[in-house]
Amino acid sequence: MDGAGNGGRIRKMVFVTVGTTCFDALVKAADSRQVKEALSKRGYTDLMIQMGRGSYVPSKVSEEDAPLTVDYFAFSPSIADYLKSASLIISHAGSGSIFETLQLGKTLIVVVNEELMDNHQSELAEELAERKHLFYARPQMLQQTIETMDLETLVPYVPGSPKPVVDLINKFLGFPAD
Amino acid sequence: MQLFLVLQEGKRGVFINLKGMGKVNDGILCFIFPIFVTIIVVRLMYVLYWVRKPNRSLRTDNLRTLIVLGSGGHTAEMLRIVNVLQKDRFAPRFYIAAATDSMSLQKAKVLEDSLIQQENSGRKMVEASQFIQIYRSREVGQSYVTSIATTLIALAHAVWLTFRIRPQVIICNGPGTCIPLCTSAFLFKLVGLGWSNIFYVESIARVRKVSLSGLLLYKLLLADQFYVQWPQLQKKYPRAQLVGCLM
Repeated sequence: MDGAGNGGRIRKMVFVTVGTTCFDALVKAADSRQVKEALSKRGYTDLMIQMGRGSYVPSKVSEEDAPLTVDYFAFSPSIADYLKSASLIISHAGSGSIFETLQLGKTLIVVVNEELMDNHQSELAEELAERKHLFYARPQMLQQTIETMDLETLVPYVPGSPKPVVDLINKFLGFPAD
Repeated sequence: MQLFLVLQEGKRGVFINLKGMGKVNDGILCFIFPIFVTIIVVRLMYVLYWVRKPNRSLRTDNLRTLIVLGSGGHTAEMLRIVNVLQKDRFAPRFYIAAATDSMSLQKAKVLEDSLIQQENSGRKMVEASQFIQIYRSREVGQSYVTSIATTLIALAHAVWLTFRIRPQVIICNGPGTCIPLCTSAFLFKLVGLGWSNIFYVESIARVRKVSLSGLLLYKLLLADQFYVQWPQLQKKYPRAQLVGCLM
C-alpha cells in the first residue's frame, strides 16, 4: 500500500530541468524555502534538480523523513527515466523538454527564462498554457503557481504527427500517394 | 576593334584601361555588361517561376536527400519527420549539422542504425547515409562584424558541400546552418548546375513569429514549400501551408 520502503509515505518526486542551458533563477527558486514548503504541502516528497550549466548549487537534503529530500545533478545523456518517475515536472521553456514531458502525460510547470534575449520560447509555453496543457510561470511566481495550481483543469496533450508534412512533400515531388 | 584587343589581354588589361580609354569603357558598359545582367535576370525569373511548382508527372526514382539538423528542439523535430519518410524514396540521406553541435549527428546515427537493423535484404541497395559537419555562420552572441566573415566562410563551405552532395531534396526547419545551404542550392539552380526542391518546416516553437531563417526563406522565395505548425503563422504568411503540430 505504501509505494516505498520506509516511513510509510508514498513518494512523489518533483523533477526540475533546465536542459543544456544556464538558468540559475529557476534552480534558486526551486531550492528556496518557500517553494520547497509549497511542494511539501501539496504532497510531494522528493525534489530532484537537473541544473545544467548554472553556477548556483542547490543544498542536498538526504534524510528520508525530511519534509522534502533534495538532490541534484548537472547533466544526463537522457532525462527520460527521471521524467517517467516524476509526479510533477518543472521545466525551462525549451520545446524538447516540453514535448518530451507532455508526451509522457505528466503534469508540467514551464518557467520561462526572462534573461534570454529574443524570448521566442515563451510563445510556445503561453500557447500551450492557454490550451491548458501545462502551467506557465515566471521564476518569482513559482511558489504561488505550485500553491494554487488545480490539476483538474489540465487537458491531456494529444501528440501530433509528422505525417501531414511527409504527405505534402511526397505530393509536391510527384510520388504516388501511399 | 579596340574592344576586342582589350579583352584578349585579359582582365588586367580591362582594369588598367578603364580610366584612360573612354571608348573601351563604353564598350564594356553598354554592350557586355547589360547582356550579362539580362541573362542573369531572365534566368532568375525562370527559376523563381519554376520554384514552388509541384512535379506533375508521377515519380518512381529515389532522391538524394539533404537533412539539416540544429541544436535544441530542431533535431528532435527533424528526426521525427525523417522517421516517417519513405526510406527507399528519400535515399541516400545526407545529414548536416554545425561543427559545434555534437549531439545532433549522433542522434541521427542512432536513427539510421536502427533502420539498418530493420531493413530486409530484398531491398535494392542504396548508398549508405552520410553525416557531415558544416562551419557555423554565427555563434550565439557573436559580434555582427565578425559574423560577416564567418557567414562567408560558411557559405563557401556550403557551396562545396552542395557540389559534393548534389541534393535533389533539402529538408530544414530553422537553424542558422540552413541559410548558407539553401542559398547555395538556389545559386546552383540559378546557374543551372542542379535542381533541388527545398522544403522548410517552421519549428513548433514558433507560434506567432517565424524565425529569422524562415523569414529569409519566405521573403526571398528560396523555399519550394514553406510549412508552419500553428494557425496564427499561416494567417500571417499566406504562402505558407498549415501542417499542424508534429510533436
